Order: sequence, then C-alpha cells, then structure tokens
Amino acid sequence: MYWKRLLTRRWMKIPVFVCCLIPVSLLAWKAFHQDLGANPIEFITHATGDWTIRFLAITLAVSPLRRLLGLPDLIRFRRMLGLFAFFYGCLHFMTYLWLDKFFDFHEIVKDVEKRPFITAGFVGFVAMAPLALTSTAGWIRRLGGRRWQLLHRLIYLSACAGVVHYYWLVKSDVRKPLMYAGIVFVLFAERAVAAFRKPRSKLEAWTLKKPGGADTASTSKPRASSSVGRGDNAT
Amino acid sequence: MLVKRGADIRYSEVTPKTAYLNRRRFLATVPLAGAALFTTRARAAAKLAAVKGPFSTDEKPTPFQDVSTYNNFYEFGTGKDEPARNAGSLKTSPWSIQVEGAVAKPKVFDLDAVMKLAPLEERIYRHRCVEAWSIVVPWIGFPLNALIKAVEPTAKARYVAFQSLYDSKYMLSERAAGIDFPYVEGLRMDEAMHPLALLCFGMYGQVLPNQDGAPVRLVVPWKYGFKSIKSIVRIKFVEKEPPTTWNLSYMREYGFYSNVNPTVDHPRWSQATERRLGEFYKRKTLMFNGYADQVASLYTGMDLRKYY
Repeated sequence: MYWKRLLTRRWMKIPVFVCCLIPVSLLAWKAFHQDLGANPIEFITHATGDWTIRFLAITLAVSPLRRLLGLPDLIRFRRMLGLFAFFYGCLHFMTYLWLDKFFDFHEIVKDVEKRPFITAGFVGFVAMAPLALTSTAGWIRRLGGRRWQLLHRLIYLSACAGVVHYYWLVKSDVRKPLMYAGIVFVLFAERAVAAFRKPRSKLEAWTLKKPGGADTASTSKPRASSSVGRGDNAT
Repeated sequence: MLVKRGADIRYSEVTPKTAYLNRRRFLATVPLAGAALFTTRARAAAKLAAVKGPFSTDEKPTPFQDVSTYNNFYEFGTGKDEPARNAGSLKTSPWSIQVEGAVAKPKVFDLDAVMKLAPLEERIYRHRCVEAWSIVVPWIGFPLNALIKAVEPTAKARYVAFQSLYDSKYMLSERAAGIDFPYVEGLRMDEAMHPLALLCFGMYGQVLPNQDGAPVRLVVPWKYGFKSIKSIVRIKFVEKEPPTTWNLSYMREYGFYSNVNPTVDHPRWSQATERRLGEFYKRKTLMFNGYADQVASLYTGMDLRKYY
C-alpha cells in the first residue's frame, strides 16, 4: 500500500513534527490576539496540561497501533511524540511555576503539601525527564536495550500520575479525567493481552523481544536507518 | 421594573457588543440554541435603572465581558465558558418565587411583584469564588431583608433555605455535573437579614444575563461565590440548618458557612490568595472578602475553622 510506504519516507517526520506544534502555535496565536478568555493563565494551564496527557496517550498508542494495524514503521515517530509530551509537560510546569506561583518556592512547598494533585502532577512530570534525556540512540547504547526499555516503562507511571492529577483537580465533573483514565486503561490492557498471547503472525514474532535486547533494532529490522537504533520492541 | 431600550449606554461602553457576538461564539451557539441566542441578546440589552446604594467598593469593576462569559452555573455545564453558551434555553419569564415555611404571610410572588418590594440599588461588590478567583461587579438589587420582612417570619424561622430552578429537559444531569440538583443553599437568619445580603436582579445597568443567574439571584459578598445561589424559585424559612448543595456532595470541602477566609484553606488548595480576573499578579484574599467591619460580629465566639 502506498501510504504504508509513505510512513517509511524520511521526510514524513517533518509533517508529523509540524502537526505536533499546532496546539502550542494556536495557544500563542490566541495569546497574541488576547483571545484566551477571562482567565488567560488558567486557560494556558489547562491547554498545556490537556496536551501533555494527550501526547502521553498518543505515545502510548504507538506500540498497540503497530500491532493492530500491522504498521511496525510507526516506531519512527514514537520518540518525537514522547518528546512532545515532555515539551507540553514543560510548558505546563512552567506555567504553574512562573505564571501561577511567580517562582515563590515557599508558596510552592506549601502548595505541594496542601494539594495532593500538585504532587501527582509533579511525579508524572519528573518521571518524564529521564526518558527525554535518554531518548537518543547514544543513550540506548550506553544503557543497553533491556535497561533502557525498563527505564522507559516510567511512561506508565507518568500516564497514571497524569490521570490522577487531573481526577484530583476537578471539583465534581469527573467525565474528562475518567475518559483519559479509560484511554490509558485500554492502552495498558492491549499490552497485557499482547504479552500473554503467543506469537502467531510474522509481525508478532517480529515484535516480540529477543534476548540480549541492545541491538534488536538493527538485527531484527532490515531498515535500521529508519528506526534510528531505538529499542523498538519496547511495549 | 423599569425596562427601556437605547438611551443610556454607560456600561455597554465597557463591553463592545461586537466582541460579545464574535464569529466563533456565534458559530458555536447557532447549532445549539439558534433562536435562544436572540432571547439572550434581547435580555442582555434590557436596561435596569437603579439608584446608587451603600457598601460599594471603589475598585474597578471587572469587564462585563468577563463576568458574563466566565461562570460557574453547573446546570448549564461545568466548563467556565459553557453557561454563557448554553443558558440561552433558560426561560426567565414568566417567573415566580414561592416563599413559604415559618412565616406569617407565605406567598407565591410574581417576579415583578418581588421587584417592587424595595427600590433597586446599584452596589459594587467584590465577589470571591472558592476556586480562588475574584471579580468586582456592579450588582442591581435590594437587601434580601426587604423580602424577608414582607413575609413576616415567625420565631421558628432560624434559617432561610433557597432553591434554584432545575429542569432536566435542558439542563445538565446530576450524574454529569457530579452534584445534586436542584441546587440548594442556605443562610442563618441574621446573615440573611444583614444589609449586605442582596437579592439581585441585574448587573452593569441591565438585567442579569441568564448565565449570571437570571432573573433573580442572591449576592452574599462576604461568602464564597457558590453561596450566592442563582435563578431562585423557592425560599423557605426553617428551624434547622438546611442542606446546601456543595456541602451535600463534598462535606469536607465546602461548609455551610463558607465565609471567605484566607486562613482556612480548602482541603485541596490554599485560600490565602486569589486571582482577580484581568490582573496578572495574584492578590491577597481579605478576611470576609474585605467586609469584616460589617459582618465579623455575626460570628463572634464561633470557631471559623470548625464552621468553615
């Protein structure tokens, strides 16, 4: 199929990258036109928070989609998507630090004590940092595929913390936090199912972990260049 | 009720109507409530005359645009911008208020009859939400005690209970909102009789927009905003402390009194500071929202940590 081949094109990362920038561009556009509503800082906080959890979910959706759609090449975009989750997380955190608290650390410490949802959000954010840091091919080599993969399971913690953060924050209408909880649950459940099932198709055999880990990308995959040496069997 | 059109446009200068009906909002509203939009707009344009009343702050009123698009009115959606979009379906005329309970003269008032009970005053009050944001609003109404005196409460009337309109046909379900409907609130009798407590029909020189609690609401400026119940249909005088909506749902977080108090935090956030809409930096929250001189005596001897 043509569009399957399209996924492997080198330049495909560019439109994906541009798409990932749309939310922040819209926010900047609205801010420039003073169109952020009556409480702009709250608007920015909510928008960046929403996009953090959305990008976490999108990143977590890569592996299930690879299996379900038979599109292993989707792995090429996972690092970028994960880094965008971190990017929006940074914006969200900076909004809190700067626009909400004005770097008043005494106030922040009190806040963290007082508001468990801040703590949950902070845990989710901090858990993303080492993943962003070790997202390069060099770090995968240095850590070794297996350890790298183990470390990057922290994204599960981030996603859970993000959902809890949202759930604890709302006053009474929990529909949206529950929706994200549902999405994350489905993405986790797919992994559980995939892990328990025996490999039947070629694809599944291909996706399954090989012993040794570190160089799986290059050994199991003919187009090493497209996967940039990522531990692409990480689920 | 003095309703005229045109002429005096003191407050509409603050809010350009073009901004009110900007393209995006228009497109968002049309599919939902086509005709209702025009009802809302007609209402928003209806002037309400009032004389200057006491207790007004000299702080700058928050722009009408903000006060009418950033609302908590869960019956019309839990997002801040949703009531402005959805409240067009609220039918504010005819409107009656049932006043009953421990009173000598229980009565079902027509809205116009209520509005004739006392001269309408404009009072510029600070309004502090429990969510730590605040606004300054030129309300139009008269002291609630004028209505209370008219129905002659008996000795058994120790509290006043209020109830909002609820119609599941066009309002949010309890399940979705996460709180029980109809919305109920209450005041102790001495609080309700306090001259600051306002029965409110308008703001910014015009009748209340639906999303701000049309056609009649309470304004209790020394308490968190949720005590100022909107779209009142029933008032009952009772002997025991009446149930209140947010207290029913989350007892630990919202008390019956809910006086603005910077020293008693909400279990999930600090109440020491607030963001005044339109301001960049947060400001310190004042005891009783700055009305301590007027109302502190109501609570002498009470532990405000216990009676939050």
